[in-house]
Amino acid sequence: MVKTESVDQDVWEIPRSGKMNVPGRVWANKALMDALQEEAGEKPEWNALNQIQNVAMLPGIQKYSLALPDVHCGYGAAVGSVGAFGWEEGVIAFGLIGFDINCGLQTLATPFTEAEVLPKKKELADALYKTIPAGLGSSGKIKLSLDQVDEVLEKGARFALENGYGLKEDLHFLEESGRMQNADASLVSVDAKERLKSQLGTLGSGNHYLEVQVVERVFDEKSARALGLFEGQILVSIHCGSRGLGHQVGADSLEALDKATKKYNLFVPDRELVCAPIQSEEGQNYLKAVNAATNCAFANREVLAHLTRGAFERVMGIKEKEVCTLYGVGHNTAKVEKHKVDSKTRKLLVQRKGSTRGFGPGSRDVPEKYARVGQPVIVGGTMGTHSYVLTGTEKAMKETFGSALHGAGRTLSRVKALRTWNGESVVQDLARKGILVRGHGLKGIAEEAPGAYKDIDEVVDVVARAGLCKKVVRVKPWIVVKG
Amino acid sequence: MFELFEHQADVGVRGIGRSWEEAFQETAKALFSIMVRIERVKHVHPVRVQVRAPDLGALLVKFLNALLVARDKKGMVFSAFDVVLTQGKEDWALTCTARGEKLNVVRHEPGTEVKAASYSELVLKKTGAKEFLAQCIVDV
Repeated sequence: MVKTESVDQDVWEIPRSGKMNVPGRVWANKALMDALQEEAGEKPEWNALNQIQNVAMLPGIQKYSLALPDVHCGYGAAVGSVGAFGWEEGVIAFGLIGFDINCGLQTLATPFTEAEVLPKKKELADALYKTIPAGLGSSGKIKLSLDQVDEVLEKGARFALENGYGLKEDLHFLEESGRMQNADASLVSVDAKERLKSQLGTLGSGNHYLEVQVVERVFDEKSARALGLFEGQILVSIHCGSRGLGHQVGADSLEALDKATKKYNLFVPDRELVCAPIQSEEGQNYLKAVNAATNCAFANREVLAHLTRGAFERVMGIKEKEVCTLYGVGHNTAKVEKHKVDSKTRKLLVQRKGSTRGFGPGSRDVPEKYARVGQPVIVGGTMGTHSYVLTGTEKAMKETFGSALHGAGRTLSRVKALRTWNGESVVQDLARKGILVRGHGLKGIAEEAPGAYKDIDEVVDVVARAGLCKKVVRVKPWIVVKG
Repeated sequence: MFELFEHQADVGVRGIGRSWEEAFQETAKALFSIMVRIERVKHVHPVRVQVRAPDLGALLVKFLNALLVARDKKGMVFSAFDVVLTQGKEDWALTCTARGEKLNVVRHEPGTEVKAASYSELVLKKTGAKEFLAQCIVDV
């Protein structure tokens, strides 16, 4: 049991105690909080609430150790959490970024309605399945030399464009315009680079997916129009990250940060939260390597967007540029941002683990086209449930360092999911609901069964009611490609 | 013996053996059992993996991560592991000959790709006179 106090509707505080430098703050309704408490009771040592407390103990953390309603137990830090650290006095912590650096979602908007694509639905599903490399051991058609890998790490999505994959306009609609500036490829190991040589433009597996979706409901007509969305429209969402390269940057950094934690005599309550002062050589090296891996994920999603456009071009006979990037968000990231702390604007390193940036209207870094409505926040559901497009708000800038939720959040372990469902019946159930699943393994599909996740409608309602995001549209899954 | 244990988002791998070496070997089998039907992986091609770490826990994590590097670089999966551990003055050294073959997407029935091994729920303990347990959470 972790002590929590209700401070507002859907807002809970974990009061400061022991070595916590700041309180914890969790955005959840009563049922979601009860589930978190139940988990804490069952597994007192390793649970999401305990992980939120642990992050609060890290040096230089500002205001709160935050968690969004999709929060669930992760490694080190909970998935669905945010920690903002003072640029001068704070740390960069492994567990708040994790292995799949800049895993994220890029959503493409097509000009088609469901009715227009329906006659070719199966053909499109098959074309996407053939086109998008996914699953264990899959490799892309692009073969990179080590020098080219360095270019990917420095240029991000621009590398894809320069090599004929993607559209220039996409860059306006990716966080950081698809390229982190302070990236240093020389800080990434050869092992990591070797892993990318044939993995650029691959989806991976686990919770990664490509999904063709239909806009089922428009909540805010004006914002939807500003984002170019309309009822019945076909969208495509690509969820994946920095592949083996990012995972290896993580694995390599774990060791380096373990040493740094000892060297700087930092207290970490969980070894997975090993860290380094941001201003130390180790901290800067880690940040630059994370930025390089972040660029790798940008490039990866841009190549996958290109492959998706190709499938639409072949099946639907349209031009590449008619499939536009709505927006791309990253989940496991470290970003230098300015936010108000105690009424002063401060430079912070905001580390988001399984949460996204969600800047409000008028914020810098929001594309000009969306300046009035705010940054699109894409929330990915499961293969059988809704996903959402929301927008960031002023309130989120004040309350959560401009952060929002990233998905539904798991509630059932993979081991339990495998005991509960079998992949074949999941595929059949979804087919009955009109959702075509093309997967590379039935086991992976069972692990990702919709029932293994929280109710996304409930989770999204919490942030919308709290004013952290505004609902724009809800989409339903239509075709799912899984690794 | 090896087993997988529950974690909300990821998976725990656990190996139990009559020595640390055996516990490490079993944990490696648990790792690959997430990704493939390891009983169908022929242990024909040997790959050597060497790592060093200041303690046994970090050594286990580094070992599992090194196996994932070998998987990606060679496009192989493994089902048999011969581990030799040596304790030095300041650190531990591990040498492993992992045996396996190229991934066969039909025969091996690939499951979920493991991204990395973590320090989370990392436990190395002697559970009996001749029983050693090694475990950690792996990110999938």
